[in-house]
Amino acid sequence: MLATAVLASACSSSPAEHPTATTSAPRGTITGAGATFPYPLYSKWFDDYHKRHPDVQINYQSIGSGGGIRQVLAGTVDFGATDGPMTDEQLAQAKVKILHFPTVLGAVVPIYNIEGVTQELKFTPAALAGIFAGTVNKWNDPAIAGPNAGVKLPASDIVVVHRSDASGTTFVWTDYLSKVSDSWLSKIGRSTSVNWPVGLGGKGNEGVSGLVKQTPNAIGYVELVYAVQNQFSYGSVQNAAGSFLKADLASVTAAAASAAAIMPDDFRVSITNAAGANAYPIATFTWLLIPEQIPDAAKGKTIVDFLGWMLAEGQQMAAPLTYAPLPKEVVAKEQQAIGKIRVGS
Amino acid sequence: MDSAFGMRGLIARLRKGDEIAHLIALLFALTLGIITVLIAMELYRNSALSRAKFGWAFLATSIWDPVTEVFGAAPFIYGTLVTSAVALAIAVPLGVGAAVFLAELAPRRISDALTLLIELLAAVPSVVYGLIGVAVVVPVMRQHIEPALQRVAGSLPLFSGPAYGVGYLTAGIVLAIMIVPFIVSVLREILLAVPRDQREAALALGATRWESTWGVVLPYARLGVYGAVFLALGRALGETMAVTMVIGNRPQIAASLLAPGYSMAAVIANEFTEATGNMNLSALIEIGLVLFLLTMIINAFARLLILVTTRKGSVVA
Repeated sequence: MLATAVLASACSSSPAEHPTATTSAPRGTITGAGATFPYPLYSKWFDDYHKRHPDVQINYQSIGSGGGIRQVLAGTVDFGATDGPMTDEQLAQAKVKILHFPTVLGAVVPIYNIEGVTQELKFTPAALAGIFAGTVNKWNDPAIAGPNAGVKLPASDIVVVHRSDASGTTFVWTDYLSKVSDSWLSKIGRSTSVNWPVGLGGKGNEGVSGLVKQTPNAIGYVELVYAVQNQFSYGSVQNAAGSFLKADLASVTAAAASAAAIMPDDFRVSITNAAGANAYPIATFTWLLIPEQIPDAAKGKTIVDFLGWMLAEGQQMAAPLTYAPLPKEVVAKEQQAIGKIRVGS
Repeated sequence: MDSAFGMRGLIARLRKGDEIAHLIALLFALTLGIITVLIAMELYRNSALSRAKFGWAFLATSIWDPVTEVFGAAPFIYGTLVTSAVALAIAVPLGVGAAVFLAELAPRRISDALTLLIELLAAVPSVVYGLIGVAVVVPVMRQHIEPALQRVAGSLPLFSGPAYGVGYLTAGIVLAIMIVPFIVSVLREILLAVPRDQREAALALGATRWESTWGVVLPYARLGVYGAVFLALGRALGETMAVTMVIGNRPQIAASLLAPGYSMAAVIANEFTEATGNMNLSALIEIGLVLFLLTMIINAFARLLILVTTRKGSVVA
């Protein structure tokens, strides 16, 4: 129902925005680079869009959010993509103003491997911050055992596993921990890679999950999409309203919906620890980075047309790949923002 | 010689193609030098930010904090050196022994068959070794070898701490597996090139097979031994994928070989694509510069060693 509403609004607005859409179909080669996390969905989008508009070829390189930001700042790509919004400092470096367009949502989940424990664990924010800061270092610590009555937790040492490569996943995870723990914020902070006080590093989601699976009494964090596709069981996390939630499409979309009300005009918003009884607390938007001024008219028209398509039909492709689609308030706001893009020199 | 004659001579030689070939070959040779210089210059230039902020302290600092932008290369230099040393300690005896067997003792057919296998091993991409490291070596290390080491020598700081399976020792072992084929394959060729007279003379003087190999053939081929070892060391220092998959990726300096660590090549591969700030990027490039210089120094050292031992050899001869 949400999707049809989106589709309807997109259809009604697009003829007004592109009066020449029928006479000049989108064409040309567009290059983009950035985030790896939405890559499976983006490649499907670009492929599908190419089928509709055979003259358009969108080449996307999933080189990482940091690379996407750098390349769009340098102007070597037509658009960038990132899992963490650009900082004010980065935006200030841009020669042409860069606009953020949220595309879909993702979440990060805790995975673990504890000898003799098969139940799904519940984690409080304090427990997660303590484990990854090294202050909670035994599985039977009261901070973990408290909400998990009935689970027999061993008295063994916790082996923390984090990402060794700088990544948007780590940004979301540490952004969340910074919001729920003051000592985390002051001592460690949030970034795509941080100075971890404890633990082993694994490269990529597969490196982290591999280490967690192999190492007894280990805990790590991976993207929801990765955990679902590989059928890992993962723990639930206590949200700001106090309820324990497992990440899924519904709870991630709920987190986005609760953030929709406070969405700033530039879309740079963190939705970790979102308010709302059903909101999963470790979720994030992922963004496309589009220059406000696109001198090449053909490219500009194609990008504008693609954004409109992505907000309408593109959104319906998200859920089957376990990405949460945008809430309709955000879609409406983005459709207005597309108008800010100036095409031609 | 007047210039007209010189010109005519040059044209004549040009017609025969000699000068042209000379010039082209010279150009090709120069590109090698130019590429080396350009790499060094680019690394130096792009690490300016980090060099200005941290100076020489960069080499001795062991903090790596992208949030507060404090960077130091010490844990990475340490990890690269320790894993390479472990790898050489395992691979050199193994490789020299295997090469001696293949060149001196084994029947020709067996030697050729085994050599083919070893050369195949040398061609396996390093990420495959990394996968084998993660899937096979790490669990075996954690469940069997590391607990056994701790039972025998757990009181030494070298084998203290929890057994994660990943760490310096595991990375060193995986590296050793990777570089043994290099040592064997190069060294076998060199040993086969030792003239028969040398062996026959030793045997004629009443030396046993072993005495002839150990006392005559290997010393005769020692330059080749050094060459093979330094070739292997070069690969161990720069190896990236296999190391990052099994070293644990923790920027610390630990006395224990069982502890997780990090290496220079691994941190560049891990962080470069998503490096956030310019300082982070610059620090990573400076690590690249350090790695570049380290390999240069080790190569220069190898040359020096060869030079010194050759002179010594010639005096004795």
